[in-house]
Amino acid sequence: MTAPTKPRVAVFKMASCDGCQLQILDAEDALLELAGAIEIVHFAEASSDLRPGPYDITLVEGSISTPEQEAQIREIREASKVLITIGACATAGGIQALRNATGRLEEFVRTVYPTPAYVRSLEDSRPVADYVPVDLELTGCPIDRGELLRAIASLLAGARPRVSTSPVCVECKRRGTVCVVVARGEPCLGPVTRTGCGAICPRFGRGCYGCFGPAQAPGNAEALGRRFIELGLRPKEAADRFRFITGWAPAFREAAARLEEVER
Amino acid sequence: MWYLERDGLGRLIGLLAERGYRVIGPTVRDGAVVLDEVTGLADLPAGVREVQGPGRYRLERTDDGRLFDWAHGPDAGKRFLFPPRERLTEIRRGREGMRAEPAPEEDDRPLALLGLRSCDLHAIAVQDRVFLELDERYRRRRERAVLIGVNCAVPGSTCFCVSMGTGPRCTAGFDLALTELAEGFALEVGSRLGAELRDALGVRAATDGERAEVEAIARAAAERMGRSLDVADMPGLLYRNREHPRWGDVGARCLACANCTMVCPTCFCHDVVDDVSLSGETATRTREWASCFSAEYSWAAGAVVRESHAARYLQWLTHKFASWIDQFGVSGCVGCGRCITWCPVGIDVTEEIAAIRASDGAVEVRTA
Repeated sequence: MTAPTKPRVAVFKMASCDGCQLQILDAEDALLELAGAIEIVHFAEASSDLRPGPYDITLVEGSISTPEQEAQIREIREASKVLITIGACATAGGIQALRNATGRLEEFVRTVYPTPAYVRSLEDSRPVADYVPVDLELTGCPIDRGELLRAIASLLAGARPRVSTSPVCVECKRRGTVCVVVARGEPCLGPVTRTGCGAICPRFGRGCYGCFGPAQAPGNAEALGRRFIELGLRPKEAADRFRFITGWAPAFREAAARLEEVER
Repeated sequence: MWYLERDGLGRLIGLLAERGYRVIGPTVRDGAVVLDEVTGLADLPAGVREVQGPGRYRLERTDDGRLFDWAHGPDAGKRFLFPPRERLTEIRRGREGMRAEPAPEEDDRPLALLGLRSCDLHAIAVQDRVFLELDERYRRRRERAVLIGVNCAVPGSTCFCVSMGTGPRCTAGFDLALTELAEGFALEVGSRLGAELRDALGVRAATDGERAEVEAIARAAAERMGRSLDVADMPGLLYRNREHPRWGDVGARCLACANCTMVCPTCFCHDVVDDVSLSGETATRTREWASCFSAEYSWAAGAVVRESHAARYLQWLTHKFASWIDQFGVSGCVGCGRCITWCPVGIDVTEEIAAIRASDGAVEVRTA
């Protein structure tokens, strides 16, 4: 009998900034333990030794934004037992999804790139789950390293990873962070944004940007947007708060559309 | 009743620290009066007033140097007696199998909670009914704790302790209770430990005038309650109105953000989560505050039981004001009003209950 082999893990990226992958490389304290528990066989950000599948666990960063990525994600899915998407791009389309549903892709490409002819892009930037089944989504811009490591540890232990769907407020209150909406009138997306970040922005006195995407269903982002209007934002400004890093996530997209109706 | 000089309060903080207590008291942080470790009078919120309203809390400065002319911020004794996140168990895989051991306290000093309002003292008594018999860790913290109340002189606009019969005067559940007078404090003793601390502090008996002043402050505070709530037939009112249209109305405004339950000094719901290390050699079991407003909280038998915000609000309010009484023999609400102030969209329990009462029986409850 041979020694049990370590799970083979792959990391891929689509349309993204690499920030989520860096969360893995930054996991200094855990890297040794991680290396002892898994074998990373494909991780272009870390090594040029890229081995083929099949993979036990695959992490995918980035949105599907080009025809090549659409084809590649199907191959990756085929080669992966467990597929985990990481970050706002992979789970909600990312900041690049601002182009979605504008009908102005061509105009944007012409404005941004000196040689637009080289650019082949899909009309929309979309989350991976729009194309292939995804086993687990870890949201955030970037993801929380602790949440990723806990998810991997759970999988290695044969348990289903626990990813809370509760809002950021729960974490603010646990940490004793004073509410920036109530005590400062700051528009903060925390009440409708999924926790997982450790409530970083409110801890530094800022409103939450919603980078972890919508919290639990059914949600009520519109009611929070209406509160922003009471706090002094114009309806369009309130709507735009939801159209940011995770603006293409349905709950935020729909709330923004309804808030903009108020403007008209 | 006794009289303590103003700097006697500083001596009390020092005395408690000397005796090994972790002294928790009010202090200003990030625009609110919060509870945290204090080391002297200078840490207390001198010359601070609160402006509270539904979904709104602001501090205003005065130059009068008074220490307790505010009602309370978001924190209550719960944060310390029932911590928001607490390691319960540490598990290690060894040669002889798995070993599970209770996790040590992060800070094992006994607690001295200073500046609790009457509503907060009542809230601790409510949580005692939940945890004291069943939860060893809570019991140990609770039994070693010193509770020092401070009578409210300036209630908040969201306060309704008079309606709930829980204040504003501290009447029970304290070791010592203070009332801030023009110069020093009136001091009342509620336990043997309190008497011992009093003797160590050096006090004199309060004069008749000082006694009268304490009663006058309490009376004035009771008259300045920001809100009131009719609690007549409270379990019945909510039980027979569980199909009332108001639940849908409040559900449409509610964010299900859980803030009301987190700041509620009696809400005790929690989750227990396990974390295993990457190597699989160690694991920890942690208890953390959870909320009935979270979908994951009502996950049962493979589904979310309370899907709508209306259903979650109904669950919370009905438990707090009605089924809590069946369960623990006392209302779960102490009238502190924190859920009103710290709701980001300003939902007001007193208003919601009043609306239900105003059209009591609007929709008949279906019976099976």
